[in-house]
Amino acid sequence: MSYLSEDLRQKILAYLPRYPSKQAVTLPALHLVQDELRCVPRQAIVEIADLLDLSPAEVHDTMTFYGFFREEEKPLGRTRLWVCRSLACALRGGEELLSDVCQKLNVKPGGTSADGKITVEFAECIGGCEGAPCVLINDEHRMNVTPDKVEGLLADLRQ
Amino acid sequence: MPDYEPVLLRRVGKPGSQSIDGYIADGGYQALEKAVTTMTPEQVIDTVKSAGLRGRGGAGFPTGVKWTFLPKGHPGPIYLCVNGDESEPCTFNNRVLMEEDPHQFLEGVILTAYAVRAWVAYIYLRYEYGRSFRVLQQAIDDAYAKGYLGYDIFGKGFNLQVYLHRGAGAYICGEETGLIESLEGKRAWPRIKPPFPAVEGAFRKPTIVNNIETLACVTHIVQRGPDWFKSIGVPPDPKNPRDAGSYGPKLFNISGHVNKPGTIEAPLGITVRELIEKYGGGVWKGRKAKGAIPGGISMGIITEKEFDMPLDFNGPGKVACLGLGTGAVTVFDEETSIVDVLYNITRFFSHESCGQCTPCREGTGWMYKILDRIRRGQGRREDLQILDEVAKNIGIMPGTTICGLADGAGWPVKNAVQKFRDELEGYIKQGKKTTSLTLVGAH
Repeated sequence: MSYLSEDLRQKILAYLPRYPSKQAVTLPALHLVQDELRCVPRQAIVEIADLLDLSPAEVHDTMTFYGFFREEEKPLGRTRLWVCRSLACALRGGEELLSDVCQKLNVKPGGTSADGKITVEFAECIGGCEGAPCVLINDEHRMNVTPDKVEGLLADLRQ
Repeated sequence: MPDYEPVLLRRVGKPGSQSIDGYIADGGYQALEKAVTTMTPEQVIDTVKSAGLRGRGGAGFPTGVKWTFLPKGHPGPIYLCVNGDESEPCTFNNRVLMEEDPHQFLEGVILTAYAVRAWVAYIYLRYEYGRSFRVLQQAIDDAYAKGYLGYDIFGKGFNLQVYLHRGAGAYICGEETGLIESLEGKRAWPRIKPPFPAVEGAFRKPTIVNNIETLACVTHIVQRGPDWFKSIGVPPDPKNPRDAGSYGPKLFNISGHVNKPGTIEAPLGITVRELIEKYGGGVWKGRKAKGAIPGGISMGIITEKEFDMPLDFNGPGKVACLGLGTGAVTVFDEETSIVDVLYNITRFFSHESCGQCTPCREGTGWMYKILDRIRRGQGRREDLQILDEVAKNIGIMPGTTICGLADGAGWPVKNAVQKFRDELEGYIKQGKKTTSLTLVGAH
């Protein structure tokens, strides 16, 4: 009995015909697993490696290079909220926004609110500079998050 | 300059700008049909070459020339990798192109694949662009359904598969060999060149890596011809035999302390001042500008006095900047401390250095730590000299690293130490924290 569901295994295998090497499916596989399990557990690494004819160390090596993937000790909350801290946002209140969000949820960047609903992260430029300060809700931009809009944003994410 | 009619952005904001039917109704995919049914791949390459198109991703390398570096008569496979890892801070023009007019870009991808004889194109997209991902996936599905992708396109035996590949949040994936390593499922450590990707790239096969805006330009060059492209922009400097000119339209991003941040299209050669005054609605709150980032933070910093510098491939170099970069201008007003700006920039590079080359991994970290202590009011007299020395000794130009990330990390620091020395010295001398930005947690 494998740790990854049959559905997930099939989704990973469906990527194989796209690339001439199995290793190229590493990132798609990690995304699929994290999307579903909110982290990449150790056993999932072993099974991804098995599916792709790699050693678990190779998958782990790639996974940990990208700050994006979570190990099983620190799973993501239901929604991942990225607050941009790079220059264009910082010039228009990005740092204050990050600080405000952290304070309201009582977490540090990287942490998850006590109800498990929101994980806050700082982000380097997310390419929404025309709407600075901006945030990413999972992978969708929300622009112009001025101080008066923070409560509304968090209320949406708590629902 | 007469008012310029946008080409790349002409459909942006119109209803149905994302749909394939709307695109075809506006004359879309005619360039592709023309190329595949009446031109050889070599003729497409020659067309792009004679248009003088230079890469829009930052380095400005002539696109057609890059394509000719592929080995002649290679049996294949040849890959096309599209660099959609737009992560340069303050840059978002590719996002606008992908989200608002995906087929214009996709047609460029198919044209380029035809020209370089690629069988497969991978669009490497940064994960943060979720909307782009969904819009593009729809566009690709529609293009397959209409026969613009897949097998035997226009009945001419031309086959092409296009796949979207999502990144995982790493700035270094925008470096072309870092992108290839990442695509292959490894950590995105840039490769030592040569061999260049055109000779040995993705999966050890010849590979062309091009930027999204560059490929969108290819569509129009094939459609309207090289002479049209050369009628826009700045011709080569006759005194400089190595100058390839700055032809064509370019997307510019305006952000920071302006009234109207956004993306606009203008001929290369527009000045920073014109961009801010004419398109950016001027500096916000009725203030004056102190300076700006001319093309993404890697390109350096300019002072307000340098705003008459033209944004073409030569202009930024004349004011000691690294280059045109991505054409993303970020303005900071007179009340902003240069210490804050520099702190933010060095923190970015320290966070995003991939860690492969010691000078960059350590150098970016040092610069960040020094800026941090200056900012807290604990700067030392010798700090500016250390910053300058580190900045000048990391990168490909001094020959100490594999890729250009470190050059980009050093440039704004070097520029600031030279151009804002009085302010930096004054801040260090006063010995206390007077900047306004809030600092959050430890990260």
